[in-house]
Amino acid sequence: MTVKLAVIQFAGSNCDLDTIHVLNNVVDGIEADLVWHNLFKESKYDGVILPGGFAFGDYLRAGIIAAHSPAIDEARVMLDDGRPVIGFCNGFQILTEAQFLPGALLRNDSLKFICKWVNLKVENNTTALSNKMNIRDVLAIPIAHAEGRYYTDNLKELEENNQIVFRYSTENGELTKEANPNGSLENIAGVCNLEQNCVGFMPHPERASEAILSPKRTTHGILFFNSIVEFIKRRIS
Amino acid sequence: MNRQEFQVEITLMNKPAARDPVGETIQKDLLAKKGYDMVFNVRSGQFLSINLKATDENEAKKIVEKMCNDLRIFNPVTQNLTILKVSKS
Repeated sequence: MTVKLAVIQFAGSNCDLDTIHVLNNVVDGIEADLVWHNLFKESKYDGVILPGGFAFGDYLRAGIIAAHSPAIDEARVMLDDGRPVIGFCNGFQILTEAQFLPGALLRNDSLKFICKWVNLKVENNTTALSNKMNIRDVLAIPIAHAEGRYYTDNLKELEENNQIVFRYSTENGELTKEANPNGSLENIAGVCNLEQNCVGFMPHPERASEAILSPKRTTHGILFFNSIVEFIKRRIS
Repeated sequence: MNRQEFQVEITLMNKPAARDPVGETIQKDLLAKKGYDMVFNVRSGQFLSINLKATDENEAKKIVEKMCNDLRIFNPVTQNLTILKVSKS
């Protein structure tokens, strides 16, 4: 069985083609289309990915203009019927601004654009983006953002509902201040909705799925895409 | 009633609980280092100047408030919206 995914292209997306490449050429079981945001029709797809980039130039706030795009109205239908709605980096920012996900992404506390490999600890392994992982797995993956400092005024609720999916950690899984690249609250790197079909996080799995791109030859990024496939299969069966 | 042109000026600022590294940097790394040590806090934000047509100042203000809320011009999770000034333009 092949699952059908859409990768939405906004004006200013720049990880769209990388994501399409990994979905179609690296990961098994996925057929993915690149879809311009005004033309996206949810009925053709099993899931949707909002890729990284600078949609609409990050004007006003990263993600806010894209959050009003017709693609988000279509994605809301998928959100409501349980299909995966996934955001990486700028896609995560869009999902929080569209209120699919709780919280917001603020300017990094260093004020710098940070582009480096980090370690990510898995905190919830039942979501659409993490079901092929084990709790406490530590994954190598790059980040590349200026606005990635996760903030919420409702931390307790997120913790109680198990909505924190990934945290920045050391290689050994310790949640230290040094391992937190951007000042995110409680080292939070990614969160999900209550139904766990919508997940967003700051890192770039499409840049971590081929050994040739990875400093330690890891391909942990594939786990994220395999999780999306598995989530769709379980949902359908 | 004739519609007139108004200018509404607003600011979007991080809530006090959300750190503002831009303001912190201006205060710590510029002002304090250059002798302005009496300055102990700077907060940065965004400023928008909006020109619109409305029947009066009150309506102009209400339209801006409504659009800011409906379209999330400010993010209520992290920001406060302040209307600084409403004037005829």
